[in-house]
Amino acid sequence: MSEAIKEKSMLLQKDMISRNYEAITSKHETGRKVASTFVPGNLNELLMCFDIVNNLPEINAIQNGMRKVSGNYILEAEKHGHSEDVCTYVKADIGMMGKGNIAPNGKPFPNPDVLLLSYTGCYTFMKWFELLREQYKCPTLMLHVPYEGDGHSTKNMRDYIVKQLKEVVIPGLEQVSGVKFDIDRLRQYLKNSAKAEDGLVWCLEQGKIKPSPIDAYFGGVYYIGPMFTAFRGTPESIVYYEELMKEVQARIDNKLGPVTPDGTPFNDQKYRLVVEGPPNWTNFREFWKMFYDEGAVVVASSYTKVGGMYDLGFRHDPDHPLETLADYCLGCYTNRNLPTRVDILAKYVEEYEADGLLINSIKSCNSFSAGQLMIMKEVEKRTGKPGAFIESDLVDPRYFSAANIKNRLESYFQMIEQKRRGTGKAA
Amino acid sequence: MRCFIGIDLGSTTTKAVVMDENTQLLGRGITNSRSNYDTAAAVSKQEALIDTRLTLFRRGLSAVPEVSGKVDSILADLERNFRHVQFLEQLDDLEQTCVRNVKGPRYVGKETGVNTALAEVFKQLRQSSHALFQPGARRKSDFFRDLAGSDFMQFGEPVARDAGLPFDLLVNVYDKSIIEVENRPPAGDMEGKFLRALEKASGSGDIDSASVVKPVKDALAIPLEETYVVGTGYGRVRLPFPKEHIRSEILCHGLGAHMMYPDTRTVLDIGGQDTKGIQVDPQGIVENFQMNDRCAAGCGRYLGYIADEMNMGLHELGPLAMKSNKTVRINSTCTVFAGAELRDRLALGEKREDILAGLHRSIILRAMSILSRAGGVKDQFTFTGGVAKNEAAVRELRKLIKENYGDVTININPDSIYTGALGGATFAVRAVVN
Repeated sequence: MSEAIKEKSMLLQKDMISRNYEAITSKHETGRKVASTFVPGNLNELLMCFDIVNNLPEINAIQNGMRKVSGNYILEAEKHGHSEDVCTYVKADIGMMGKGNIAPNGKPFPNPDVLLLSYTGCYTFMKWFELLREQYKCPTLMLHVPYEGDGHSTKNMRDYIVKQLKEVVIPGLEQVSGVKFDIDRLRQYLKNSAKAEDGLVWCLEQGKIKPSPIDAYFGGVYYIGPMFTAFRGTPESIVYYEELMKEVQARIDNKLGPVTPDGTPFNDQKYRLVVEGPPNWTNFREFWKMFYDEGAVVVASSYTKVGGMYDLGFRHDPDHPLETLADYCLGCYTNRNLPTRVDILAKYVEEYEADGLLINSIKSCNSFSAGQLMIMKEVEKRTGKPGAFIESDLVDPRYFSAANIKNRLESYFQMIEQKRRGTGKAA
Repeated sequence: MRCFIGIDLGSTTTKAVVMDENTQLLGRGITNSRSNYDTAAAVSKQEALIDTRLTLFRRGLSAVPEVSGKVDSILADLERNFRHVQFLEQLDDLEQTCVRNVKGPRYVGKETGVNTALAEVFKQLRQSSHALFQPGARRKSDFFRDLAGSDFMQFGEPVARDAGLPFDLLVNVYDKSIIEVENRPPAGDMEGKFLRALEKASGSGDIDSASVVKPVKDALAIPLEETYVVGTGYGRVRLPFPKEHIRSEILCHGLGAHMMYPDTRTVLDIGGQDTKGIQVDPQGIVENFQMNDRCAAGCGRYLGYIADEMNMGLHELGPLAMKSNKTVRINSTCTVFAGAELRDRLALGEKREDILAGLHRSIILRAMSILSRAGGVKDQFTFTGGVAKNEAAVRELRKLIKENYGDVTININPDSIYTGALGGATFAVRAVVN
């Protein structure tokens, strides 16, 4: 495959990510501390208050998936006794350690100084960090975020999280970093976050336009990059979203679709989809091509909400710094129950005038894939739009069967076409 | 006349169906997919057009009072003679290809001897072909490869021995040539071959020429115009037509099942490498579907492995399983573990028929899970694909459908192998006529 064509915002992001990897891998030279943490419930602004660099094992696994090295790491982890059914993000991470723990910049990852576990719905996170704690023998700070089992959060839940922040997380981070917590510093970062969040939401909502100037799934993973990783709260992320908004606006002005990796704008949009579930990373471009080759654009997705549901109105609030972190964690998509996920997806299908809901169910994700068939059927029932179900995996290349997925996707698109033309007509 | 063609390129066989503009079935053809989809598509299409000609002959002859009551035997004679003409033509091609392939270091100095031997073998093949296409003769297969191959081996060995040549020299040249011949697009001039077959049949007295020749010639004079072709199946992207002529096999199976049984609402297709559960609306439009993921556990190919492991023919599995009166529980339908599971059960002293009954049940249990994921079984239910021919699988399916969904009409068509191609041909008609 030829080199993917990248837009300016993508290059900006690439540069930000590279700089972060440099900051992580040069910690012994700079003396900076490194925290490992997860995307959903990521407390980047708080870590920044302690000058701690944010390292995200999920993002490392994604990077390794896209660079096509995760397969070997997974085999390495399996050699050490991790079964075939274990989350492949975990195995890619554990396997990477077994193979020298080399970061994407070619330098070895240093051991983290602290593991910050914001638990937001995925129980694998706990097991994963138990393994990392065993390996690194470093302090682990657990922020327990109560699951929104009833579909909403309560004041008690919020207070409980704030209490943990005050009594466990902040003192723990002070101890690891040697930096005193400054709540005004946190307020400033949160202000930056809110500004960038406005930008992200604006971009994602442009999926309502026809033709859509964005792809809210394959393109979406780039749009959410800075927000979900080590840059929320930084001035660079504001610059990034300003640039991204300019690009999207230019496409709207010229009635253009999103840019595909081939460099051409995807204008011939025949099907508008809402997608649930993460993309496959090992065959990302091939997977995306299966969509745009057939004229399918994703107008909204739940994956772009796993690191925060800003489109539902939430913004980080500098006036209530700790409470806002609690609200953020409670509202992540992973922390929502099944009926709420159904509500959100059905709303997307309607508001984004989609042709239906497609679910990419992840083979090795036991906590998140459960209930997805029920979700599909419920959304079908509520919206009257057909749903479809495909299966792949995050970063295990063995679970990506191109022929099978293509077959299902093409069948789904032709089914939409057939329904659209009405009965008795050829699809 | 306008012909609408559906071609289903499966992993094992390729099927074609020809329809007229009123969606009346005219002809069907099947061939092995032979890892060469272009040729397989061309051959199956030609076979379906041959079948179409036979349908047209039947229509023509039905209006001739003199042949009343004899149409079936006339058509059988005509087809038999046609197949013979076609066989001889392919034999000529095979001989010429063999002669061209007598080259390379192994044949140095032996060319004349090998060529003489080949000429003798092909002479005998031609002679024996008369018996092969005699009225009432039973042929082991309808594929040229199978027919020519077994006779070549039978005649080749003594010929080579008498000529003082190693037999493997002939086998070698045959193996190389049959692949070339099989992968060549089929020869044209179908009408010419039918005319020659007609002459042959009349000459041998098989057919009373006076009343038959004219209607047959009239039917042959009808041009078969390929108005629209729709391709489906796993090899569909290899078909040499534009994208809008390609349909997903799920849609084709749904529509094909609807054409066979218009009241179908749920379709189960168990093919060589996948299992599909499909829901269709009263017009045959797919509403929902589920299929197995990348793993082919519990599909037709699984039974193929089991047959190999047991040293049996695929078609013998079902009948043996029917003899069982005790079901062994088989937990894994994994094709890779099939052999291990089987040997394990045999080692425990279980009977072959009981193990096989368990295997069939486990396949159907897996299909039931796919069906329930696709939204369950609604009345009427149509079962298609190669596994639908297996009586033990069908018995288990009937049992489980009744247990889980009560009394549901279950349709199983003996020609269900053509379901996908039938759906494709229907799409072709709809694309042009509606």
